[in-house]
Amino acid sequence: MSGQAIAAPVAIRPARPSPRFTWKLSRLRRLVVPILLVALWQIAANTGLISTRLLAPPNAIAAAAWELIVSGELPYHLLISLQRVAIGLAIALSAGVSLGLIAGLSRLGEDAVDATLQMLRALPFLALVPLFILWLGIGEATKIALVALGATFPIYLTLFGGIRGVDPKLIEAGRIFGLDRWGLIRHVVLPGALPQALVGLRYALGTAWLSLVVGEQINATAGIGFLVMDAREFLRTDIILVGLLVYALLGLGADQLVRVLERRALAWRPSLIREA
Amino acid sequence: MSQPIVSLRALSRRFHGPDSPPVLDRINLDIQAGEFVALLGRSGSGKTTLLRTLAGLDPVTEGEAALPQRRAVVFQEPRLLPWKPVWQNVALGLAGNATTTRQRALNALREVELAHRAEAWPLTLSGGEAQRTGLARALVREPELLLLDEPFASLDALTRLRMQSLVGELWEAHRPAVLLVTHDVEEALLLASRVLVLANGRFIDDVAVPVPRPRRRSAPGFDALRLRLLAALGVDEDGHDAAAKAA
Repeated sequence: MSGQAIAAPVAIRPARPSPRFTWKLSRLRRLVVPILLVALWQIAANTGLISTRLLAPPNAIAAAAWELIVSGELPYHLLISLQRVAIGLAIALSAGVSLGLIAGLSRLGEDAVDATLQMLRALPFLALVPLFILWLGIGEATKIALVALGATFPIYLTLFGGIRGVDPKLIEAGRIFGLDRWGLIRHVVLPGALPQALVGLRYALGTAWLSLVVGEQINATAGIGFLVMDAREFLRTDIILVGLLVYALLGLGADQLVRVLERRALAWRPSLIREA
Repeated sequence: MSQPIVSLRALSRRFHGPDSPPVLDRINLDIQAGEFVALLGRSGSGKTTLLRTLAGLDPVTEGEAALPQRRAVVFQEPRLLPWKPVWQNVALGLAGNATTTRQRALNALREVELAHRAEAWPLTLSGGEAQRTGLARALVREPELLLLDEPFASLDALTRLRMQSLVGELWEAHRPAVLLVTHDVEEALLLASRVLVLANGRFIDDVAVPVPRPRRRSAPGFDALRLRLLAALGVDEDGHDAAAKAA
């Protein structure tokens, strides 16, 4: 064998720890600064640098959170908020996806739908709150409508853009290989639009939380927003901060959910192939 | 002679209305079943337009075209659906239940020596593997007319040689009529039984290639044909533009 005449290559760099281990380490390293900040906050509160009346210290927030969980208050309000988002998102998904399909798949549909939606989109949807209150009252309907309206646009826009962005050469190939119109939509157009549409879904979830916060400050009698508004009456900054924390965690959780969805649905993308 | 499988009569094609200059100018063409035809021409000569017409991708507006039912195309770029694994790309659009179409796709992949990549995602394939997938996707349809649109143009030189001999072998095994669009005179001579040269939308040469197979570049008669075709394309042996030299 000619290969043996040459000395076996020697590792130049020292062996690296396994990628799994480095991954965990970098994950931990990212937590250092937030933890440090919370610690500083606690010290500042204990030494009287920050008024605990204006900003509750971390330990008080933790205690308040525990109390709210044990008493069942937090789960109750959380469930109601989640329900509002779920219903609103379900409406947004069906509206956004149907409108996106209508506008994306036919010129006639585009003419009928797109201009109208673009005009509506130019309107900051939170400015519609007074109208919604007049139309729908101050009950659940207004809150759900706000969530649905805010989340519809990103879903519509990205699906429409995604459908129109599908490589026409792939569509041509599909046609040559015997796909009919429905086959083209199913095998070429929709999978091609999916990456964009999932980005839209992530945006939609973000807008949904935003709408929820605004919606729940309108005369709510339950929900995380109510919890926060109620705590304001009694100057309970610890409970207000628990509410904010819950909103943040919900947002993060929703984002993770879509990421998992992406990893499954877009497994064919090179970046994801490399991760696997 | 038997009935030709492709028959074009006075076929013209214009892109910008009835008074614009034709891209294809009253073309007549017969291709027999099982015949391997290469179509040479410079960029803009109308090669791709002719192939698209034969594929049924462009409408016939002037003249007549009789085409076989089962046609398949291998494009210059593979045009695989990145969200379907290799075998599903091959099976795309096949009628029948999932088990039989999968089996047919796997058989076709075996023929192009790619069975081991059946479950791979297209974006992980090399250029040659992607083109072989494209070839399998065309073959699985058992086409009467196989259209190859510069399928080797984007491959590296060694892969191109292997692909050329693969196409030659597959043609001998299945005997579809083939139209190979190419820039490459040697490629045309290695594979085709007949070479057409297209310029300004008309055929300016139609050469039978009597060299026995398997062909080698050193075969007698090969070089004379090569020079003749290069001359028809307006290029001399050293690659200079013949018209420019005359001027």
